[in-house]
Amino acid sequence: MADAVLEVQSLNVRFTTPDGPVQAVRNLEFRVNPGETLGIVGESGSGKSQTALAIMGLLAANGRADGSARFKGDELIGLSDGDMNRVRGAQISMVFQDPMTSLNPYLTVGNQMRHVLQRHLGLSRGEALRHARTMLEMVRISEAERRLAMYPHELSGGMRQRVMIAMALSCRPGLLIADEPTTALDVTVQAQILKLMRELKSEFNTSILLITHDMGVVAGNADSVLVMRDGECREYGSVDKVFYKPADDYTRALLAAVPRLDEAMPERLATVSAPPTELGAEIAAVEKPRTNHAARQLLTVDGLGVRFRVAQPGLFARAQSLVAVDDVSFELAAGETLGVVGESGCGKSSLARAVLQLIPTASGRVCLLGRDLEQLARRELKNMRRDMQVIFQDPQASLDPRMTVAQIVGEPLNTFRPDLGQPERNERILSVLLRVGLAAEHLNRYPHEFSGGQAQRIGIARALMFDPQLIVCDEPVSALDVSIQAQIINLLMDLQVERGLSLIFIAHDLAVVRHISHRVMVMYLGRAVEVADRQSLYEHPRHPYTLALINAVPIPDPVVERSRQQQPLSGDLPSPLEPPSGCGFRTRCPHAIQRCADERPLLRPVGKSLVACHRAEEIE
Amino acid sequence: MLRFALKRVLGAIPTLLVLIALAFFLIKAAPGGPFDTDRRLPPEIEANLQAAYNLDEPLYRQFGLYLGGLLKGDFGPSFQYRDYTVTELIAAGFPVSLRLGGLAMLLAFVVGVAVGTVAALKQNAFTDHAAMAAAMIGISVPNFVMAPLLVLVFAVTLKWLPAGGLGDWRNFVLPVVALALPQIAYIARLTRGSMIEVLRADFIRTARAQGLPQRAVIIRHALKPALLPVISYLGPATAAIITGSVVIEQIFGVPGLGRFFVQGALNRDYTLVMGVVVFYGVLIVVFNLIVDLVYGWLDPRVQYQ
Ligand code: SF4
Repeated sequence: MADAVLEVQSLNVRFTTPDGPVQAVRNLEFRVNPGETLGIVGESGSGKSQTALAIMGLLAANGRADGSARFKGDELIGLSDGDMNRVRGAQISMVFQDPMTSLNPYLTVGNQMRHVLQRHLGLSRGEALRHARTMLEMVRISEAERRLAMYPHELSGGMRQRVMIAMALSCRPGLLIADEPTTALDVTVQAQILKLMRELKSEFNTSILLITHDMGVVAGNADSVLVMRDGECREYGSVDKVFYKPADDYTRALLAAVPRLDEAMPERLATVSAPPTELGAEIAAVEKPRTNHAARQLLTVDGLGVRFRVAQPGLFARAQSLVAVDDVSFELAAGETLGVVGESGCGKSSLARAVLQLIPTASGRVCLLGRDLEQLARRELKNMRRDMQVIFQDPQASLDPRMTVAQIVGEPLNTFRPDLGQPERNERILSVLLRVGLAAEHLNRYPHEFSGGQAQRIGIARALMFDPQLIVCDEPVSALDVSIQAQIINLLMDLQVERGLSLIFIAHDLAVVRHISHRVMVMYLGRAVEVADRQSLYEHPRHPYTLALINAVPIPDPVVERSRQQQPLSGDLPSPLEPPSGCGFRTRCPHAIQRCADERPLLRPVGKSLVACHRAEEIE
Repeated sequence: MLRFALKRVLGAIPTLLVLIALAFFLIKAAPGGPFDTDRRLPPEIEANLQAAYNLDEPLYRQFGLYLGGLLKGDFGPSFQYRDYTVTELIAAGFPVSLRLGGLAMLLAFVVGVAVGTVAALKQNAFTDHAAMAAAMIGISVPNFVMAPLLVLVFAVTLKWLPAGGLGDWRNFVLPVVALALPQIAYIARLTRGSMIEVLRADFIRTARAQGLPQRAVIIRHALKPALLPVISYLGPATAAIITGSVVIEQIFGVPGLGRFFVQGALNRDYTLVMGVVVFYGVLIVVFNLIVDLVYGWLDPRVQYQ
């Protein structure tokens, strides 16, 4: 085999913490060959990012690495900072997860790019800027000259990540380390960035170390895969071997826990903690139609609109109004789940808040059990709130850190049942806690003592306190690891069947939404572009945006991924302050015609779906 | 941005009005008057004096007359320094005070930022602890204790520097240092805190991953964001320096505005005291505006509204 670009042997990373030493990486071995992409997969805390930082010599002050990491034969571990600075950015460079925080918000794009070039290539200021411009063009950024003078906050998320990549590749490094490069991005943008990275890899002749939690991303982009858990390597081999003949239980469990878009659905998601045998049985379970469509209508949303006022800079500018939700209608039956999907800024969270009457609505009606919530007096609305609860995305942040679990979960009792005595109170609190899978011993602990998944269970327990009819789940699992995601989704589905709950499930992850929803609504720029039952939506997506979304989701199957001839959606979401005329999607739609600019498409039945597209019938 | 500045200036007018009114009526409420002396003046002379300065008018009219004068830039005559108007006195005292205050501010900013940055880089090491302990002392020891101590050590015992008065730069050293010390301490603590926070930011990690050496990382990437809290503190710092200078000028015998203010207050020189208060009020408002504009220039994400 040719000389490895990177060869790692018995790498250990240890941290000294006030609670004693912690070993983050244990005895890791791998190599990256020229032109190869090695994917390192693992959940949070698996040590995958620390591995990258150790190679770059960027561990936190209390961290130490030992063992060996050789870059083209030269040892990196133990290099002085000065020597390491000649390698970093020039020979090995790194792209980080969140391009918003990873770029310096106080410097223009040009200045940030220029520093690197001046340092490593010894270019003059002018030469460096010219080179930076070429790099921006290479990462397919339009109007490169103008972008150089812009600050990161003036660029879209996708464009920021392109800038990061341009910066990382500008000195033609032999190895690019990409640490969750697309995790903070929307699916359609993720598809663009991944495609760009594949293309640039050959143009620049770089090897890539791709660190991710997403099996789908690995399947389509890596040649070899290393699965990590708790700082150790669990499985290492070619991508086909790891996906089709996984030798390790953890790899198998991880693969099974990912909800997939391209397969028949198991009734329940496999969870990693379950023993393998039981797991297999669960996966094998064929989809049973979940029919609890009681006829009773629980929620009716009619022509709902939400506007925000946005102040504008400038001497004579007037505040503009941003339409976050535009004329959205739907109904929800008792025991039904409506999934709401769309990318960031599509208005899905505003919709959730407006339904709950947490923010004022600009138009339309929300009726729960036939009563118009806006017409209700404050007191009545307060009582209605018992029937509609909410679960938020970041479980830790949505729990008061100074309250114990018992206080948090019991809080609604103070408002609605102040008459209850202490024993009765405790009994109620304990019973919901047990139901969501927590134990009596958790009662007096504080939120920070819990993992993300457990914290989300606390949030669910609080929502369940009064046996609500409707729970609005706003990205409830986006912040969680795959295996934990599966547990929470299973819990929600069980609770729904048990109690006849209705759910509005908001997420950006189509696979998760497909798994839990009966019906799905796709949103784009504040409007519903397609509403359909889940089967029709995923099997016959009618709206071009739905189709693009589905195509953008990476599938954890290398062969499927390789054969997918996908052309990712081009461009970015238009500014909601200046939405395009007619169809909001027309700036990115491959099927757009003149009519799309002139006339706004309304939701209308096409086949079994409701679609807002002029050409829905022609497009297959 | 123009609109923002305009708005801010207009917004300051009510503040200034309240300030003027408060100062005006508080002074009037204090017992005694400008012409009280050990020997009682004959009543007819006192009445004449009162009339000459409009002091026989009802209070609200006096206030109205005063405001009218202010609009024309006229602070009125001084009661004590009979040959001068208040405007002339301010014109005489302000340059001295400005030199003292400006130098103190400059010293505080430069030294404070430097000490804070070094402490942040040596976080939790000896240098850091020593610097922060010194800063704590600097903040907690008041001016009027620190100044005499400095005089005692450097002027009286070591005889390195003069104890005050006006002369060459050497006369300025002790008052400037005494005035700057608490601000140095405060700015150092502020810088340390924000620098530590900035150094933890993701974009600093990016800069390191690009192979930029420590110095370039600090100067090019970290300094600007770390300075932002310090910049916003410069507004309150001006106010603190002005208040401090009142005491310091008195102790070191520097003939600046602060001294006029104290003399004026002791002699119930209404117009002089009022004049200084109004003048400083305007100065602080203007300086705060400048600080806000500088802040926006440093942080591209700020939008003026
Ligand atoms: S209406 Fe036109 S632009 Fe909009 S989705 Fe349909 S074809 Fe595309």
